[in-house]
Amino acid sequence: MTTTGEVILRVEGLSKSFPGRGRGHDVLAVDGVEFELAAGGSLGIVGESGSGKTTTARMLIGLERPTTGRILIEGVDHTTPARTARQWRERGRRIQIVFQDPYTSLDRHQTIGSCLSEAVSVHVRGRAGEVSDRVEELAALVGLDDRQLRAVPRALSGGQRQRVAIARALAAEPRILILDEAVSALDVSIQAQILNLLADIRERTGISYLFISHDLAVIRQITDDTLVMRHGRVVEHGPTPRVLDEPQHAYTRLLRSSVPRPGWTPESALAALSGADPTEDDA
Amino acid sequence: MTTLTAGEVEVTPPRRRTWGWTRGLGVSGWLSIGVLVLVLLLAVVGPLLASQDPNEGNLAQGFGAPSVEHWLGQDANGRDLLTRLVVGARTAVIGPLLVVVASTILGTVLALAAAWFGGWFDTAVARVVDAVFAFPGLLLAILATALFGAGLPAAVAALSIAYTPYMARIARSAALRERGMPYIAALRVQGIHGLSICVRHILPNIRTLVLANATISFGFALIDLAGLSFIGLGVQPPTADWGAMVGEGLAGILQRYPQESFYAGALIVATVAAANVLGDRLTTRSEGRS
Repeated sequence: MTTTGEVILRVEGLSKSFPGRGRGHDVLAVDGVEFELAAGGSLGIVGESGSGKTTTARMLIGLERPTTGRILIEGVDHTTPARTARQWRERGRRIQIVFQDPYTSLDRHQTIGSCLSEAVSVHVRGRAGEVSDRVEELAALVGLDDRQLRAVPRALSGGQRQRVAIARALAAEPRILILDEAVSALDVSIQAQILNLLADIRERTGISYLFISHDLAVIRQITDDTLVMRHGRVVEHGPTPRVLDEPQHAYTRLLRSSVPRPGWTPESALAALSGADPTEDDA
Repeated sequence: MTTLTAGEVEVTPPRRRTWGWTRGLGVSGWLSIGVLVLVLLLAVVGPLLASQDPNEGNLAQGFGAPSVEHWLGQDANGRDLLTRLVVGARTAVIGPLLVVVASTILGTVLALAAAWFGGWFDTAVARVVDAVFAFPGLLLAILATALFGAGLPAAVAALSIAYTPYMARIARSAALRERGMPYIAALRVQGIHGLSICVRHILPNIRTLVLANATISFGFALIDLAGLSFIGLGVQPPTADWGAMVGEGLAGILQRYPQESFYAGALIVATVAAANVLGDRLTTRSEGRS
């Protein structure tokens, strides 16, 4: 976990509003988000559903156009989404993403091997041998064997599919990898395997993670810093242990006490707030 | 995610990429395939099988009864009915086939382009499709034959245009569904070209639905073209054609000789029914799969 202090991703005043239905007001999904990600670092974004985590990720990867704000990756402005395949390719070599649902993020008619070599051949210019070497390398990195490379997604488990999605994202050798609830669809033991794999990959490649999750245990395990989002805004930001153990914001305390433990009841979670109303934004 | 995965150590049998052609068709599906294969085979080799000239008759033997020489009897002009039915398969099948191929290609390409580019292009395609929908295929075909002369080419061209909206509408909604899936976003983020995504990823995933719709369209196109030939705007005499034979046989019905219309009509019904049943089975199967 070596962070050189070099900032690889800087987000300034990022906002996104979606037009409301009919004559309704626009919905502000992300509101003035600012943060930095150090090269080789791992930043967690936590928050409940609808807090703007995924919209932030989609703007960073270029699937959504920010309403205001700036996105700087390696000092280069990437605020506007790519338009051409070439622009996508260039952006894709800097930042990649692993989506939440391993069942819909792979083409169900494509074998795993073909999926990986398609991604590799976009970025590796060379003879066919080089592509297949790189595919094998990626498969080995995430722990997929030859038999799985010949299979279609249907024949793989959720954890195996997520390994494929990670390998595909790494094909471009990006500097930043966004993991958008990437382990949330998996059961706990598989989650642990994938998290170990991710830690391992970061150790080896020096890649930076932007880890989006609603699961505090997962955030604690994989991130250095954490950002808490609510209603599109950042309400707390700091080193992960501090944010999770000494939360300053009432909302973070609610998130923390919402994790079931022995003897836990929903009432005890609310009681732990000691009077502070988490539904109030100002705390 | 409601399914519990048993863990990564579970043994997963290697499965090769399968087209899944044979799964879930059922008895009726297979029977339909049988009928259609027979009809297509007839269309290909029929003229070679015929030992008699389908257009040469003996007027003295008009409405001749079935005999050793003429198994199904003769028509009003004394031509051999069996020969004309066998030879007529080709013109009866080739028209609908052309209509289906043309409208499927045109409709699918339009649908993919509309789904991929979205925005004003999608809206424009949707409007044009709606506009063409307003014209019944037969009406358009009759108009075309009025402008360019009776015969198969004008009718086929008109029906191809009239059938395109059906394919375009179905393929577009399926393509839009695929377009919104995360795997497409993942491919774009990789920097894979849009054309490649459409052809290599979206198309294979809507293939079953397109195929099912093409099969159903074949039945409708056959009816429409047979109808045109029946009223004399399609295949022109003396060429043998099922639709035209139904029309030519009308005179015979009044003279208590319904065989010609009946045989040709039965072949049309059997072929169309088979196409419909098969198309239905294929649709059900494509909906049953995720």
